[in-house]
Amino acid sequence: MAKFTKKVGKDVPKISTSSLPDIIFMLLFFFMVTTTMREATLLVRVRAPEASEVQKLEKKSLVSYVYIGQPLNYRKYGTESRIQLNDQFATVKDIQEFIQLEREARDEADRKLLTTSLKVDRETKMGVVTDVKQELRKVGAFKINYSTRKKATPKRK
Amino acid sequence: MAKNASEIPMASMADIAFMLLIFFLVATTMDVDSGITRKLPPPPPDSPEDIPEIKERNIFKILINSRDNLLVEGQIGDITMLKEQTKEFINNPSNREDLPEKKLESIPLLGDIWVSKGIISLKNDRGTSYDMYIQVQNELAAAINELRDELSMDKFGLRFSLLTEDQSEAIQKAIPVAISEAEPEDVGGN
Repeated sequence: MAKFTKKVGKDVPKISTSSLPDIIFMLLFFFMVTTTMREATLLVRVRAPEASEVQKLEKKSLVSYVYIGQPLNYRKYGTESRIQLNDQFATVKDIQEFIQLEREARDEADRKLLTTSLKVDRETKMGVVTDVKQELRKVGAFKINYSTRKKATPKRK
Repeated sequence: MAKNASEIPMASMADIAFMLLIFFLVATTMDVDSGITRKLPPPPPDSPEDIPEIKERNIFKILINSRDNLLVEGQIGDITMLKEQTKEFINNPSNREDLPEKKLESIPLLGDIWVSKGIISLKNDRGTSYDMYIQVQNELAAAINELRDELSMDKFGLRFSLLTEDQSEAIQKAIPVAISEAEPEDVGGN
């Protein structure tokens, strides 16, 4: 009969944790590099519509954001779609001033390349979007981008 | 002087790194901003005489009402058909009388080429949902992208997205994005 010898006094060898910081640092660097800080705290609900023909927005420093949607705190602010610029609610009249300020914050050479990204909730009515677009036309910010999520493209024939 | 200069304890290093890691984990937003890029037209001229007249056959009218229904060229349309209709309109393959005229233009790298004079006119109600509007814009963009792909396959043997800057500029001239958005109306109420 085989004997099962009980290992006496032999502890399970401890896993060396000396490389743990290195692993964590690797993860840390990964997230540090990929992080983009939020531009603003959202006060409105923005669920982007889906589209298949999307282009990536390049040069994030040259993008100014306009958010439109139902306020998150709809008990307080109602369910009507509102415009958010930076960190606060705004009205259509504030758009021109906002764009002017955004322009002044950029270098002279970059001002023409400024793109306005419209982050609009998919249940918003076009009325408010159109108003914003008209204001942007008046102030000369012609480059716009309708923010959308990428939809799985059906195969092209 | 103490001989054994006490080592910095390394045990807490992992904890510090963890804290940083958790911070960046929380602060990370992975999503890449993407969307449909469009160029708005400059404000309309004050005097209405300056607006050039466009022939009826050169305009592809798309209307969206406040209930998100489509009217394409006077007929009830469907979003799934819109791409093909747009492509046929811009291309006018059989030179039909009611589809847009073409103009012979010489474009560097492409030589003489027939450029469609067609303009897509998109008009929406103030009550149209943004989702529908984007879907229509997306179909139009898809139509133009496919036409550009076809032309660049024909001329350069490459997809449009793979062309060099000069080549892609030439294709863009041959198939321009001609989408005109009319001033919206408030018919359906809100």
